[in-house]
Amino acid sequence: MAGKAAGTGWRRTSMSELAGARIAVRKTYKLYIGGAFPRSESGRSYLVTDHKGRFAANAAMASRKDARDAVAAARKAFGGWSAATAYNRGQVLYRVAELLEGRRAQFVAEVRAAEGLGPRRAEALVDAAIDRWVWYAGWSDKIAQVRGATNPVAGPYFNFSLPEPTGVVAVIAPEASSLLGFVSVIAPAVVSGNTVVALASERFPLPAVTLSEVLATSDVPGGVINVLTGRTAEIAPWLASHMDVNAIDLSGAPDALADDLAVAAADNLKRVVRAGDEDWTQPPALKRMLAYLETKTVWHPAGT
Amino acid sequence: MGKFEYAPAPESRAVVSLRESYGLFIGGEFTPGVDGHAFKTISPATEEVLAEVTEAGPADVDRAVIAARKAYEHTWALMPGTERAKYLFRIARIVQERARELAVLESLDNGKPIRESRDVDIPLVAAHFFYYAGWADKLEHAGFGPAPRPLGVVGQVIPWNFPLLMLAWKIAPALACGNTVVLKPAETTPLTALAFAEICQQADVPPGVVNIVTGAGETGRALVTHPGIDKVAFTGSTEVGKEIARACAHSRQKLTLELGGKAANIVFEDAPIDQAVEGIVNGIFFNQGHVCCAGSRLLVQESVYTEVLAALRRRLETLRLGDPLDKNTDVGAINSAAQLAKIRELSQVGEAEGAQRWSAPCDLPVKGFWFPPTVFTGVSQAHRIAREEIFGPVLSVLTFRTPAEAVEKANNTPYGLSAGIWTDKGSLILWMASRLRAGVVWANTFNKFDPTSPFGGYKESGYGREGGRHGLEAYLDV
Repeated sequence: MAGKAAGTGWRRTSMSELAGARIAVRKTYKLYIGGAFPRSESGRSYLVTDHKGRFAANAAMASRKDARDAVAAARKAFGGWSAATAYNRGQVLYRVAELLEGRRAQFVAEVRAAEGLGPRRAEALVDAAIDRWVWYAGWSDKIAQVRGATNPVAGPYFNFSLPEPTGVVAVIAPEASSLLGFVSVIAPAVVSGNTVVALASERFPLPAVTLSEVLATSDVPGGVINVLTGRTAEIAPWLASHMDVNAIDLSGAPDALADDLAVAAADNLKRVVRAGDEDWTQPPALKRMLAYLETKTVWHPAGT
Repeated sequence: MGKFEYAPAPESRAVVSLRESYGLFIGGEFTPGVDGHAFKTISPATEEVLAEVTEAGPADVDRAVIAARKAYEHTWALMPGTERAKYLFRIARIVQERARELAVLESLDNGKPIRESRDVDIPLVAAHFFYYAGWADKLEHAGFGPAPRPLGVVGQVIPWNFPLLMLAWKIAPALACGNTVVLKPAETTPLTALAFAEICQQADVPPGVVNIVTGAGETGRALVTHPGIDKVAFTGSTEVGKEIARACAHSRQKLTLELGGKAANIVFEDAPIDQAVEGIVNGIFFNQGHVCCAGSRLLVQESVYTEVLAALRRRLETLRLGDPLDKNTDVGAINSAAQLAKIRELSQVGEAEGAQRWSAPCDLPVKGFWFPPTVFTGVSQAHRIAREEIFGPVLSVLTFRTPAEAVEKANNTPYGLSAGIWTDKGSLILWMASRLRAGVVWANTFNKFDPTSPFGGYKESGYGREGGRHGLEAYLDV
């Protein structure tokens, strides 16, 4: 609210009123890479406006190098995060929900300012985003129980299959849903031990940046979730063709671009998730979690 | 090697504030009992009276069931799983926040070493609620159909060996599935269940969803035979379990039972002996042997018998028995005078039947209920100490020559709760595991528990499983 007042105030407030007013301290919206908040190494930024077209912020415009730094950070974090117990990962995701709940009003204001929604609608979306963290938190130690199996092979062998994380997941976040959509595409990747490089909505990047500030003060280890802002058409191809990225969610890429990205992704056979007709307010399917899981089958003889 | 001398390192009791007396937790409030009966709960280590606790009569049980029914019909079963989940997450968090207090309270009331209540019981309680909280909004993925329904009001009776952990095993899945509960803790260990009632208040759990009625056998009987109960869950002795099964045969209530055990802990000649000895000690002396899945029958391959027994005795001489609140204590107090009498009686029978008794040399405190870690050798399968559950720190040692003989002896019991296998040969582990008639088989480890892992028995160790995805089945209409 303070930001909005400051952004609009100069037109309406008289000079004499302004002289006595407290001037709000505005936030710099930066990238989130490896647990730190750098500006783009390129020095570039781009204008982000609210839904009425008024100045909201100069967001960092990530470069190819920022994207590569983010992938390196995600790869570095993969070992520790994927080796953490499922119970531990569940607690960490739940902690994100706890912190989000505490900053609910701030997110409602940001989502409203970005997407131009009524207060009730914005509240509902933020609540759904918080609940989505909780939902995924619970999956950490259950997905193997739903997706794994013991296999009754015809022989004296014990044989079981279990899911394991794919690795580094690049996410082109949905363009229209700045917070709920963003959460709905990153949580299913990290819950099972993948690490993520997420490119926020180009038009509405600010709630995702503010979310990264929540992540930084939660128990999510640095590098597990990295958040880039910038031009989708510029950054997404670098992520899609990066040979150390194992999977990519193309939700936020326009159709024509998405086809090209899928072609680029084929170079190292990335697992590709294409946008469906997702309604982010609906309970999610298992699709996204399963997309970032490998199945490992282990054979062992049984005998004296 | 002699015992190291340790300075006393007692955990402070200051974190616990006991009330003089406790009412029954019904409909979200502590209320006095209708007929005014009460009993005292003591510390088994000192015989000090800790608090006075209300003995619930049939009228109280009735009130609790009505409160649970009302909560079921008007709130809990109607609430979406996503919202039920949040209450369970809150409980998990409050248990974590109050963990030290709960650990001290558990050790005071139960007599178990603080090392175990602090590092095993209470962390597992929080983990159990956390795990089942996550199921509350995912039941359609659990493999029981697209929209599995809860059963209604659940009556639960739990034992004194892991008071708060058994409460968690009962209440967490029941609530996650949408049931409401009336739970009776054991008469010798009611205090952490009453602390849990306060936790429900702190979490704003809707009144009547959780009801705690304290009392002894009569209270339990009133609860499990109450016509307003849709499902009964019991953990305790096989004898009482059978009695409940007979009662439920008439009432047609759904029933799950987690009962006694007489687990075989099987050591092969190629086992890493030091590791195996640690596992044997953990298997039978963890929680003073008050563990239904305790490895109370040690089966040792003949070729390593002498070596294993010598190492075992050496290890037992270093166990520290005494003040449960001392952080260096390995073996705490026996939970009650009655249980101590039972352990003594069966040990005397063991001697009378011709087995050789050896106890670790240790000074027993003058006050309280104590029994030294004890090993019987020369035990045959016919001996009562090889057949009956002693539920104390008493190990019976038998030998075998071949894997087939080990299976034969391990399965030669009416029980079937757990078993242990010690060998470096993976294929032998799996061959044995497929032949042992037991609900949990530990290989090169023992007494491991996790909320994701189903637990429960074959044969007369009961039916139904607690923990994991399987643990949901007991509380769903499937």
